[in-house]
Amino acid sequence: MAVVFEPTKGLLDVPTHYCPGCTHGIIHRLVAESLEELGVIDKTIGVAPVGCSVLAYNYFACDMHEAAHGRAPAVATGIKRSLPDSVVFTYQGDGDLAAIGTAEIVHAAARGEKITTIFVNNCIYGMTGGQMAPTTLPGQVTETSPYGRDVKLQGHPIRVSEMLSTLDGAVYVERVSVDSVANVLKAKKAIKKAFELQIEGKGFTFVEVLSICPTNWGLSPRESIKWLQDNMIPYYPLGVKKDITQQEVK
Amino acid sequence: MAKVTFREDRCKGCGHCIAVCPVKIIEFDEKLNLKGYHPAIVKEENMGKCLGCASCARMCPDLVITVEK
Amino acid sequence: MAEKVLMKGNEAIGEAAIQAGCQCFFGYPITPQTEVAAYMSRRMPKIGRVFLQAESEVAAINMVYGAAGSGVRVMTSSSSPGVSLKQEGISYIAGAELPCVIINIVRGGPGLGGIQPAQSDYFQATKGGGHGDYRLVVYAPSSVQEMVDLIQDAFDVADIYRNPVMVMGDGMLGQMMEPVEFKEREAKQLPSKADWAATGLHGRKEHHVINSLFLQPEELEKHNEKLQKKYAEIEKNEVKYEMYNCDGDLDIVLVSYGTVSRICKNVIKMLAKEGLKVGLIRPITLWPFPKKAFEEVVDRTKYGFLSVELSCGQMVEDIELSVKGRKPVNFFGRSGGMVPSPTEIANKVKEIAGGAR
Ligand SMILES: Cc1ncc(C[n+]2csc(CCOP(=O)(O)OP(=O)(O)O)c2C)c(N)n1
Ligand code: SF4
Repeated sequence: MAVVFEPTKGLLDVPTHYCPGCTHGIIHRLVAESLEELGVIDKTIGVAPVGCSVLAYNYFACDMHEAAHGRAPAVATGIKRSLPDSVVFTYQGDGDLAAIGTAEIVHAAARGEKITTIFVNNCIYGMTGGQMAPTTLPGQVTETSPYGRDVKLQGHPIRVSEMLSTLDGAVYVERVSVDSVANVLKAKKAIKKAFELQIEGKGFTFVEVLSICPTNWGLSPRESIKWLQDNMIPYYPLGVKKDITQQEVK
Repeated sequence: MAKVTFREDRCKGCGHCIAVCPVKIIEFDEKLNLKGYHPAIVKEENMGKCLGCASCARMCPDLVITVEK
Repeated sequence: MAEKVLMKGNEAIGEAAIQAGCQCFFGYPITPQTEVAAYMSRRMPKIGRVFLQAESEVAAINMVYGAAGSGVRVMTSSSSPGVSLKQEGISYIAGAELPCVIINIVRGGPGLGGIQPAQSDYFQATKGGGHGDYRLVVYAPSSVQEMVDLIQDAFDVADIYRNPVMVMGDGMLGQMMEPVEFKEREAKQLPSKADWAATGLHGRKEHHVINSLFLQPEELEKHNEKLQKKYAEIEKNEVKYEMYNCDGDLDIVLVSYGTVSRICKNVIKMLAKEGLKVGLIRPITLWPFPKKAFEEVVDRTKYGFLSVELSCGQMVEDIELSVKGRKPVNFFGRSGGMVPSPTEIANKVKEIAGGAR
């Protein structure tokens, strides 16, 4: 019998602290598998955010750097500029990237930093217990939008992939989801491609991954998957937003 | 012939694997694991039906599953 | 021996860093230190090193954090409002025990304040600034030459202790032109960064993690104890100060640092002619503060000490802690970019000496 699937060497063999069913774990695996398949674990430095994935540095087998809240793209810039032959990625949640770290991500993208950002969008602040995020959907109830997000009062959600795809320094921007086996496979392809383009020195690459937070959504893991499919995908359409290697841009 | 192995003590009992298994052979164990969850298992008598598609492993957030074929 | 060149303070800062092997510079424009960034933007790319203008001081210091974690020599430079923004990053860098050099060419505050020279960031530099139990080594040069020498020392000290080091000058020091010599420095035996830098594994077995998070209280306390031990070591080894005209019996000892100390030296000469014996303690490290300098003179100083600052008495507490109530500690300062005249200082000295003649 041959092994069809086994744990990747890109992750250390330790259990994670994530809640049952949280798809952070799947996304970690896709990043780690991509690094392993591209043979670059040895020269990769990952930057962990502040958020539920703050402890990502305990899980990835490569060298890791833990950043302040929102600053991962600036930290990654410092790393990549110091070690231009390395592969550098940031792994960030929606509060980290799209609220406190908006300036850092926009400018890293605009500069065309040769880094890859994995943006985990779960429409909520997970770690702090479920407050409204910049990506929280209209009407969505969170701890700090108890009557549902009212766009008249609390503004509109940010479609980060669409926004970043307008920047010339961003060479590849795709939004994927990990709600089904087929989408997990697509997500993997996107993440791997993002790293490939970084390694080729093309510029800034970005993969937004729609993810679930059963704990703070107050749903079971399976109900959460359905909620993502019914609510998030319509608001945050999946697909390539920008790919300079294929001139057709959606 | 395919075989799926679960590292039961890593399992958090989320059920993603159960939902995506095309032949529906994965179920929760009645026993609790060390973490206090009912881990996902495939009973010996059902193993023969495994397609080796690795759908379960791809949806598992916790690297619990290894698949051989 | 290298020859002397006439250089503006801010440009000398850049050149000193380059000579010290600074590989990366991350900055953001702010008066009165923008020439540092301008100089680096001209020079660094020419020698294959990194200059990057960040989108903010917050980003700049976090780029420093990334580069420092990669094991290269890195510097950033700013002025007061910008340094306030850097405090977040400085706390992380101190917490993760990374070496780097931060330049603060101080301007008046609070708030947007002004753009004229000041020393009003003393508290921020020496008492924390950011959150947590950490310390910065803070150098306060009084001439362009001393600034150049201290910047080169700063990189070494940062590497030796794995700690951020700040070089703090006032706007005057950044703007003045003075002859400087970039001395040949003997190569120091510095600790290797190979056992902690996150450079990529490259065959190494254990992954390196640059981090300041310790969720277990026992671990964080242990980490803090380790930091405190390091700071105690720095206090033992790295104190720098100058004592000027401090021999014999003294009427008053002035305490001042940076460019103001140069004015104080003139005051001392002026007052000598009037029969007053005045000394000067010039802290060169603001942290660690040169407490022992005070031990040397406290018993021989009749009327006590006078802190002379371009701020509103921020150094007084440190002096009081050194003098321990044995003699009075007085204060004279100007702020907002105003610089005291020698006569003003002299008058204050005479007032304290109470007409003693
Ligand atoms: C400067 C600062 N502000 C606030 C916090 C508190 N904080 C920790 S995690 C977090 C939100 C993270 O949410 P997100 O980025 O969406 O990631 P998730 O936890 O959902 O994965 C906040 C606000 C902090 N650590 N630092
Ligand atoms: S709080 Fe939400 S995002 Fe965080 S680990 Fe739990 S499920 Fe995942």
